[in-house]
Amino acid sequence: MSALEIALQGTAGALSIDVTFRAAAAPLVIVGPNGAGKTQTLMMILGASRPRRGHVILDGTPLFDDERGLDLPVEQRRIGFLPQRYALFPHLDVLSNVGYGIAAASRQERLRLAREVLRDLDAESLAERRPAELSGGETQRVALARALASRPRALLLDEPLAALDVSIRRDMRRFLAERLRAWSLPTVVVTHDRADAEALDGDVVVLKGGAVVQRGRLAELAARPATAFVRQLVSGPGL
Amino acid sequence: MSAAPSAAQRRAWRSPLLAIAWPGAIGLLSGLLLLLVALPIAGLLFSASPRQLLAGLGDPLVVPALRLTIFTTTVTLLVILTCGTPLGWIIARKTRRGIGAGPTARLWRVLETIVELPVVLPPAVAGVALLLAFGRRGLLGPALGAAGIGLPFTCAAVVVAQTFVAAPFYLQAAVAAFRRLDPDMILVARTLGASPPRLLFTVAIPVSWPSLAGGAAMSWARALGEFGATLMFAGNMSGRTQTLPLAIYTALESDLRTAQSLSILLVVVAFALLVAIRAGARR
Repeated sequence: MSALEIALQGTAGALSIDVTFRAAAAPLVIVGPNGAGKTQTLMMILGASRPRRGHVILDGTPLFDDERGLDLPVEQRRIGFLPQRYALFPHLDVLSNVGYGIAAASRQERLRLAREVLRDLDAESLAERRPAELSGGETQRVALARALASRPRALLLDEPLAALDVSIRRDMRRFLAERLRAWSLPTVVVTHDRADAEALDGDVVVLKGGAVVQRGRLAELAARPATAFVRQLVSGPGL
Repeated sequence: MSAAPSAAQRRAWRSPLLAIAWPGAIGLLSGLLLLLVALPIAGLLFSASPRQLLAGLGDPLVVPALRLTIFTTTVTLLVILTCGTPLGWIIARKTRRGIGAGPTARLWRVLETIVELPVVLPPAVAGVALLLAFGRRGLLGPALGAAGIGLPFTCAAVVVAQTFVAAPFYLQAAVAAFRRLDPDMILVARTLGASPPRLLFTVAIPVSWPSLAGGAAMSWARALGEFGATLMFAGNMSGRTQTLPLAIYTALESDLRTAQSLSILLVVVAFALLVAIRAGARR
């Protein structure tokens, strides 16, 4: 069973982080107010910033372990990352964006595989376009295809729907939830939207001031909200 | 928000004297500066007939100086691009936000300031500095002498002088361009397995390309016009260290027309460069 196990202690700026969780087939949803340490936690999992103590274990293989002095660089961790603004490579067309992380024998083979991933996400018609010519929803789809094409062993999504227009958010949310279920990769999704948490249907971890203040299913959180933030979150608009 | 103007201020703005005096003052002052810049260029271009200018280009100084200038500025540009790109990249990475507070970041910021110093250094000072570093009695002089290398007053010295004064322009552009790169984009490239060199060559450089090209053009323009440091460090020997600006200086002593022809040659090259920079910056 593939799983991502996290235990992290460290500092990010003025914030001290202390987070543990385990993400398996169902997406793990991280929620919390601004400055709660959500993005910083993702950075530590990716290897972009270094925790003081703890471990990151993916499918039983440690990627970071302070006791063993192990700290794999970002490019060796094979964790797919979808940043909030998607960050496509502006100088490459969609096909080359998706092909960037594919390890293949030849350029032709790489682009063929990239086209396959795009087809799988119903985005093959975008292949020749430039990132500047894409709508928000298309950009998100391409960024997702790019992350997926490199065959990651886990996925981290930072506010995957926040940059989209409200009008298409609902469709993209359903699309994302379906696909994540189908891929069944260990996935961590940061969000501040109750509807996202509901659609993704996984465990929820609530962060505040860099620490976990509550965890469980959304319904459990709704029954006994531990903080004002959770109360506000669960009373927000649902699906 | 600014406060609403008082009645007295409103009256002052509407006064007929100001309505004439203000545009007049603007026009006069702008015109003065325009004239000061445009007149010498006009003098350069229009004070001699085309035939006289062509005759001036026939002077034996011209061809060696042109050849040497093209050769040395090309080598200089290659040196600046080859060394300046990695240096700009490492400075931008080591001083980026998030890790830009530690002692290493401070050290890189100091290094950045040092290599950008020649921008504000007078060329004569640059000449003295180069002699004190690479001259026979300079810091590296004994070591170079022992190795049988005499740098000053050689063609290589021309390249060293040009690189010293011109490199900061490219470096500034490169550091600024690399700092502007979206940190998320860099991070995504790394999560996709990009090694540090692949990250630089397939993401950082292509995305920063317009700014890097602009910086390179600025550096080349500066190298093209380099005079003072070259004169002091490399000398003024036709065919060996005499670049176009030095040839102009030499020609001026005997034949104003030759100096004028050479100057126009430089202006044409510089102007073409300016147009190219503008075009590059727009894209």
